[in-house]
Amino acid sequence: MAMQPIIEAHDLRKDFGALKAVDGISFSIMPGEVYGFLGPNGAGKTTTMKMIECVSPRTAGDLTVFGLDVDNNPREIKRWLGVVPQDTNLDSDFSCIQNLITYARYFGIMGEEARRKATDLLDFVQLSEKRDVLIEKLSGGMKRRLILARALVNSPRLLILDEPTIGLDPQARHLMWEKLKALQTAGNTIVLTTHYLEEAERLCDRLVIMDQGKILVEGTPADLVRQHAGAEIVEVDHSPDVVSCLEKMGVRFEVFGDIVQVFSDHPKEVATRLLSTCNPGKVFVRRGSLEDVFLSLTGRALRD
Amino acid sequence: MIPLPTTSSWKVWRRNADVFFKTYLVNFLLPVIEPVLYLLALGYGLGMFVGEIDGIPYVHYIAPALLAVSMMNSSFFECTYSSFVRMYYQKTFDAMISTPLSIEDVIAGELLWGATRSLIYTSAMLVVLIAFGVISLPSSLLVIPFSFLAGLLFSGIGMCFTAISPGIDTLNYPAYLFITPMLLFSGTFFPLSVLPPVLQTAALAILPLAQAVIIARSMTLATLSPLFIYSMAWIAIATTMFFFLSIHLMKRRLVV
Repeated sequence: MAMQPIIEAHDLRKDFGALKAVDGISFSIMPGEVYGFLGPNGAGKTTTMKMIECVSPRTAGDLTVFGLDVDNNPREIKRWLGVVPQDTNLDSDFSCIQNLITYARYFGIMGEEARRKATDLLDFVQLSEKRDVLIEKLSGGMKRRLILARALVNSPRLLILDEPTIGLDPQARHLMWEKLKALQTAGNTIVLTTHYLEEAERLCDRLVIMDQGKILVEGTPADLVRQHAGAEIVEVDHSPDVVSCLEKMGVRFEVFGDIVQVFSDHPKEVATRLLSTCNPGKVFVRRGSLEDVFLSLTGRALRD
Repeated sequence: MIPLPTTSSWKVWRRNADVFFKTYLVNFLLPVIEPVLYLLALGYGLGMFVGEIDGIPYVHYIAPALLAVSMMNSSFFECTYSSFVRMYYQKTFDAMISTPLSIEDVIAGELLWGATRSLIYTSAMLVVLIAFGVISLPSSLLVIPFSFLAGLLFSGIGMCFTAISPGIDTLNYPAYLFITPMLLFSGTFFPLSVLPPVLQTAALAILPLAQAVIIARSMTLATLSPLFIYSMAWIAIATTMFFFLSIHLMKRRLVV
């Protein structure tokens, strides 16, 4: 039985005046998948999320969510979406529980059902003891967790998270990851954007790396690392000797400031030869990561 | 086809009502104090020197104007500064349109809430004016439903300014250049007939508060003004216009 994709985009475009924020991207996301959008600032990730959320109309291309066109069926689609936006837009006039109950009402969930859901969700995100506390008294991590709870109030079929752990300390980030993992295990379809590569590596089944409105690569984190960075990477202190040595060995390498990175299928051999013949400073062999893929594809120049 | 707001607007209305009634003492009592002060200072203080206008005691003359001003202030300021804070600083509208609510529902809910505030404040003032014995009964009770309609008009006008205002500071322009002059030159504290004919005509043609004063005065004095039907039609048409215009402008601002 062929499963129908939850989201399907074909040649999707969004222009803001002359700026091509999203420049012809195609992807399809299957039920139960955790799908990541990575990219530097201004890559078009948030714009893509807003089009999926039916709040920003596309300029061209096809985009369906749950098999429905986003322009024609926003209400039906939004009924089944849970959204964690990048900006914390909790209702600062209300306490935690009132935030959830009020938000539930927007979905037509009211009365005892809303109260029960709100209570359960506060428990799920470990905010039960903050039940009647006003939003301004919460820490950054608590606010993000409350937003996650709010996104779940309508039992969504698709959860969209735009930078879910932005600005959080490591403890708060790990707690958030734990909650997302639990949702993933329960079979939820999750789309997330992030520029924390560790987060993508931990959570995503598949991901794309975007830059300047285009998708550069798509795949599982492990495949992308293998294809674009190599399973292991040799790092060695930069010196003219080392560079000429590596040139003689005929391996691919890049110089980043004081460090030379060598990409090779035989990293241990490279390291051994460097040590025995080139008189290097320090030599490291480490696992390739998504960060290596990201930097090699999008470059090292600052974006803003 | 232009998408219209739906009955889901009440959820937005309800959100604002919940916030309002959380702190109802502050919300209720303070705004009623101001018109009482006006009534005492102008109605009885200044009224000592003015005596009567068109055979009506001065305090009776300004009582309906105070009601009309309260309809204007309570709704206009709700849908300018308060709506702007919700839209721009609290991002409440962004959160709402991520749910099945549409932007049309959200703005319609805000406008209906502005109208409701007008009804709440005007009703509270009505009680005060009845206690002072300066308005006729039962005709004055018609002011209650009318305050909702007038409130919807001023909400719509306010929301248009909110939609085009770059920042919260620039909302001071309509507050000082539109609301304050209108407060003084709408037949509120002195009859329009003392103005030069050109200004009289202009006031009757363009000032929404002038219409509200004419209607409120007809109700509290139980004397139908010859302009009653004109003003009522003016308000009905303008309310419809500004209701849809403000939704259109807000949509242009928020949906990009």
